[in-house]
Amino acid sequence: MAVRLSLVVASIGTLASLPFAVVIAFALARGKFWGKTLLDGLVHLPLVMPPVVTGYLLLIAFGRQGIFGKPLLDCCGLSFSFKWTGAALAAGVMGFPLMVRAIRLSIEAVDRRLEQAASTLGAGRIGVFLAVTLPLSLPGVLAGLVLAFAKALGEFGATITFVSNIPGETRTLPAAIYTLTQTPGGDEAAGRLVLVAIALSLAALVASEILARRLSTRISG
Amino acid sequence: MTLSVDIRRNVGDFSLDVAIEAPSGVTAVLGRSGAGKSTLVDAIVGLNRPDDGRIALDGTTLYDAGRRINLAPPKRRVGCVFQDSRLFPHLSVKSNLMFGRKRRGAASPDFDLVVETLGVSHLLSRRPRSLSGGERQRVAIGRALLSGPRALLFDEPLAALDSERKAEIMPFLETIVAGAEIPVVYVTHALEEARRLAENLVVLDAGRVTASGPVEAAIAAAGLSSAGDRFLDGVTVEAAIAEIDERFELTGLALGAHRIWAPGVLGAVGDAARVRLLARDVALSLDPPSRTSVRNVLPGVIRGVKRGAGPYASVTVDVGGAVLKSELTRRSIDELGLAPGKVVHAMIKGVAVARG
Repeated sequence: MAVRLSLVVASIGTLASLPFAVVIAFALARGKFWGKTLLDGLVHLPLVMPPVVTGYLLLIAFGRQGIFGKPLLDCCGLSFSFKWTGAALAAGVMGFPLMVRAIRLSIEAVDRRLEQAASTLGAGRIGVFLAVTLPLSLPGVLAGLVLAFAKALGEFGATITFVSNIPGETRTLPAAIYTLTQTPGGDEAAGRLVLVAIALSLAALVASEILARRLSTRISG
Repeated sequence: MTLSVDIRRNVGDFSLDVAIEAPSGVTAVLGRSGAGKSTLVDAIVGLNRPDDGRIALDGTTLYDAGRRINLAPPKRRVGCVFQDSRLFPHLSVKSNLMFGRKRRGAASPDFDLVVETLGVSHLLSRRPRSLSGGERQRVAIGRALLSGPRALLFDEPLAALDSERKAEIMPFLETIVAGAEIPVVYVTHALEEARRLAENLVVLDAGRVTASGPVEAAIAAAGLSSAGDRFLDGVTVEAAIAEIDERFELTGLALGAHRIWAPGVLGAVGDAARVRLLARDVALSLDPPSRTSVRNVLPGVIRGVKRGAGPYASVTVDVGGAVLKSELTRRSIDELGLAPGKVVHAMIKGVAVARG
C-alpha cells in the first residue's frame, strides 16, 4: 500500500512540477532580468533548508487557511492538507531544485548559434524554444525528472510535517519504514520495504540511463 | 530591391563603420579575418545591434538608431547561410529544409525545385550528422532559400571546406545566385569566390570600406592584385560577342578593335559575355608575333610593373577596352626592358580563356 502510494505521490509531484521547472530553468539559463540571483536562490532553498522547515512553510502557505491554500480550495476544490495531494506537493517542491538544475545545465549546453539560425528562419522566441532548445535539452530534462523522482520517493521530513503520517493517505514509503521501526516486531516488514526502496531507486536509474542513451542518439543522429 | 546598410558599431578596440548598397544580384564583401565581416553580417541579420545608423531593405526599415527601430531576426526576413552550416542535429534533412518554409511558406520557392537544383533529393531522410561538409552546406543553402527571404546573406559558406568540396559546391552556388531577384550579400575572404559569383564588390579592411563598385574596378582600386593566390590572379573581362565561329566552336569577343577568342559558344552575337584571363596565361612580346598558335594577340601599353617576392613580377597592360595582367619572371622584365609606357603585345592561348 505504502509502495503504491509512494509511486503515485512521487510521479505526480514530479510531473506536475516539470512545466514550472522548464520555464524557470529557461529563464535562469537564457534570461537577463533583475532579481535573477534572487530567483536562483529561492529555487535552491528547499535543497539547503531543513526539510522540516520546508514542510512548515508549506503548511502555512497551502493549509486550508494558507495564502495559496485557501484560494486554491475555493476556486478549484483543490485541498492539500492531510491529503495525498499534499504529499505530492511536498515531493514536488523538494525535488524541484534538482530538476531545475539539471534542465538549466542542459539548456545552457545548447549551441546558441543553432537558436540564432532558427531565428533567421522566421522562428520567434517561443518557436525557437519549442523547436530547437527544448528538443536538444531533452536528455537534461529526463535526468532532472529522474533525480527529482528519486528525491521525491525518499522525501520524509517535509511530508510528515506538512501532511502528517496517515495510513493510506499520506504514509509514503519512508514514513511507513519509519513507523515500522518504531513498532515492536516491525523490523522484518521494515526490512522488506527497505529492499523495495532500493530496488525502486535502482530501477529508476537504469531506466533513465537507457532512455537518455536512446534520446541522445536520436538527437545527434 | 536594394539592401542599404549604413552602420557604426564599437566592440572593445574594434570599430565598424560601413555604408553599403546592395542591389538585386550578388554583392561580395571581401575582407581578411578581423575586418569586421561577421559583425556586419550579424548586424544585417539582426543578431547584434549597431550603435548607430540605419539598415533598410527596400521600403522596410530593419534598424534605425534615430527612430529606435530594431526588428527581431524573424521579422527581418533576411536569410543567412553560415560558415558552420548550423543544421539542426535533431531534425532530418527534410525537416531542416522545411524549418523556415513552414513558418513563412507563402513567399517561399518551390520545394522540389530547390531540392533538385541543390542535388539533395537523395538526402532528405538523413540526419545532418551523416552528411559530408559539402552536403551540409548545400542543405543549409536550401534551408535559407526555402524560408522565402527578401535578402540572402552568405557568411563565408565555403571557408570551412577543403578545396575539393569547394569545387563541388561552386556550381550549385553559381546556379542559385544567377539572376537573383533579391539582394544577395556574399561575405568571403577569398578573392576567387568573389570574382566568380559577384557583380559588385565591397572591400572591407579594419572595419572600413576601402573600395566598392563593379568587381574588377573595386579590386584594382583596393590594390588587391596578387593578394596571396598568385596563380589564380587575373582579370575578368566583360565584352560583347562579336562573332561566333561555328565550325571550330569559338566565340569572338570584341575588345576595342580586337578580338578575344574563347573556346565554346558563350552566347549569341550581341550578348555580353564574361571571360577570365589568368595572369599566368598572359605572355608579353615586344614584336608582333608571327606564325604562332596563340590566337589572341592584343597590342597594348604597359601601365605598371610590380616586382613581387621571389622570382616573380606582375605587369599590367592596357589593351584598349581592358587592362590585362601578366605574371612573368623578373628576368623577363629585365631582359625585355619592360617598363610603364612601353608598347607590347599581350598573347593569350585560346584554351586558357575561361568563361568568367
